[in-house]
Amino acid sequence: MPERISGKAAPFPYDNVDTDQIIPAQFLKLLQKKGLGRYLFYRWRFDESGNPRADFILNDPRYRDASILIAGKNFGIGSSRENAVWALVDYGIKAVLAESFGDIFYGNAVKNGLACIALPESVLRELRERAERSELYLTIDLGRKVIEYDDRSLEFNVDEYARRRLMTGESEIEYTMRNYLNRIEEYEKRMPSFAARGIDSVTRRILEG
Amino acid sequence: MHLTITDKIWEAHEIAREEGVSLLYIDRHLTHEVTSPVAFSDMREKGYRIRRPDLTLAVMDHNVPTDSKERPTMDELSKQQMDALWKNARDFDVPLLDFYSPYQGIIHVVGPELGFSLPGLTIAAGDSHTSTHGALGALSFGIGTSEVEHVFVTQTLWIKKPKQFRITMNGEPRMGVTPKDLALYMIGQIGTGGAIGHIIEFGGSAISGMGVEGRMTLCNMSIEAGARTAIVEPDEKTFEYLKNAPLAPKDDWDEAVKYWRTLKSDPKAEYDKSISFDVRDVKPMVTWGTNPAMVAPVDGRVPNPAEVKDQQQRAEYERALKYMDLRPGQPITDIKIDYVFIGSCTNARLSDLIEAASFLKGRKISPDVRAFLVPGSEWVRRKAERLGLHEIFMNSGFEWRHSGCSMCIAMNADRVPSGKRAASTSNRNFENRQGPGARTHLVSPLMAAAAAVYGRFVDVTELDLDREVLSLA
Ligand code: SF4
Repeated sequence: MPERISGKAAPFPYDNVDTDQIIPAQFLKLLQKKGLGRYLFYRWRFDESGNPRADFILNDPRYRDASILIAGKNFGIGSSRENAVWALVDYGIKAVLAESFGDIFYGNAVKNGLACIALPESVLRELRERAERSELYLTIDLGRKVIEYDDRSLEFNVDEYARRRLMTGESEIEYTMRNYLNRIEEYEKRMPSFAARGIDSVTRRILEG
Repeated sequence: MHLTITDKIWEAHEIAREEGVSLLYIDRHLTHEVTSPVAFSDMREKGYRIRRPDLTLAVMDHNVPTDSKERPTMDELSKQQMDALWKNARDFDVPLLDFYSPYQGIIHVVGPELGFSLPGLTIAAGDSHTSTHGALGALSFGIGTSEVEHVFVTQTLWIKKPKQFRITMNGEPRMGVTPKDLALYMIGQIGTGGAIGHIIEFGGSAISGMGVEGRMTLCNMSIEAGARTAIVEPDEKTFEYLKNAPLAPKDDWDEAVKYWRTLKSDPKAEYDKSISFDVRDVKPMVTWGTNPAMVAPVDGRVPNPAEVKDQQQRAEYERALKYMDLRPGQPITDIKIDYVFIGSCTNARLSDLIEAASFLKGRKISPDVRAFLVPGSEWVRRKAERLGLHEIFMNSGFEWRHSGCSMCIAMNADRVPSGKRAASTSNRNFENRQGPGARTHLVSPLMAAAAAVYGRFVDVTELDLDREVLSLA
């Protein structure tokens, strides 16, 4: 993952975009994460017969190749489906700017290299208006924590853990195993009995039926 | 230091901390057929194994048919997803409640009722409503698929400690007002993003007066206010609820209870945010829009977008009314219903079924309504049958189904047809949630039962309930 993310931005002036809208449940039956971009915002993008809806922002010829969304507040609330992030990434979205994000969505995004940057409402409004006037290209510099466009530069805050993950793109599992396996083993030795006791084979057979 | 219950459980499970993010040991991991396949295939590819299969429980719930166990109606993709979980559970040696298990059900119903979920534990599941388990006094997290894999392999989770939001509910609700109404009322007050980044700790006399299953309804719906999760201090009711559960402690029960009694927030503990309200003011609630914060009391009206000042919110309201096909100012009790769904991890436990049956006994549903009763687990179904509740439902015209997520998410054959309107006891009224073009109104089981009979919403606080049925609770 690069330190800098650049791309064309599209205004996405909706609040409370839930992950059911980002990718409807019917597409959760696919068993892999590749190719989900086709179904991104499926019911907003296409009508009942599968034709693009002219009034949906990403169908606007001006924004078809956008890779950064400038959203409203509470982006990615609702279901924990990581498919929402996979669909955005597969479609070509590299970053989402919003006033706030659903907590689980935010965590999922970090793990898939999708940058989620929180900005104040007034800044978002200004950026959206700017993107509506004419093509807007943004560069998000994670190293310096600034967004650059035109001749301007905007500072932003992002938590350090997320920033490091986005920049290194290292597998979290490998990282945990390499650095903390000992402590995990130690922890398991001192767990209280009620917590440590899992599903024994007898109970397991009864429950499985 | 004055600590909250969250602080106490967090501290007991924190293995490390980096840049403000904690590595927590996860005591129990639940998984289902929809959010696990990618984690399993990646593990296969990388040669990982599951660290503690005995602390893991897989359940089929989202896709399962609810019409029959003998000749189920199943589409090819659902079947593939269930077969995949079956194979994954076998290959990785994970206990699995499959479609035919007598204890199959929705993971958030099954975990607590089996005693897999217990007070003082950390619990994770690849499902947002994992917050439900917090009702037992556990720290529970809904996680994404990458995190599911992380828990499989390491039995830990990297997670930033949420801020803490104390919601105090005092008083006794009036007859007919249920935990679901309190949940919808709360979301209406604080909004869909009102608790983002926070864990909600529920407390107050209304919470201690409420049954454990009602607390689950509240914790379940906290997600719809944006909360990371929710928790309630365990008490005697919690212990009573768990006492003979198949996976609850046996020989060390007393020792466990002794520890659980210490899981209380210190009286002087501080919170990042707190609110309190009196539940006597709450009426039965009905959502009118396309997120759970778009809600009104049953004696209220659909709002008029023209009166909304904020431009973006006005646009959102207009869009919602168009999708829902409602008029500004329309009385809630004028809204006619085609479908009724009593089910989901929010409201399909025994107490919910008793609540609905207390009104349905001796009554018939409207001929214009199709009504589903989908128990939260097969065990709930059996318990209800032992009490004779299934007869009350079937005699009134409800379909008595097998357990599963069903019409909450419409991934199986159960769905609300396009343009039809449902009263639903589930937790999300998002566009197309109950099927493409479906219109959803979220309500309590009691409100749903009454809507089935009248074919429209009615104020249940004015109705007679069957005392005998209620006393089964
Ligand atoms: S019942 Fe609905 S909300 Fe609950 S786990 Fe199933 S799909 Fe999710």
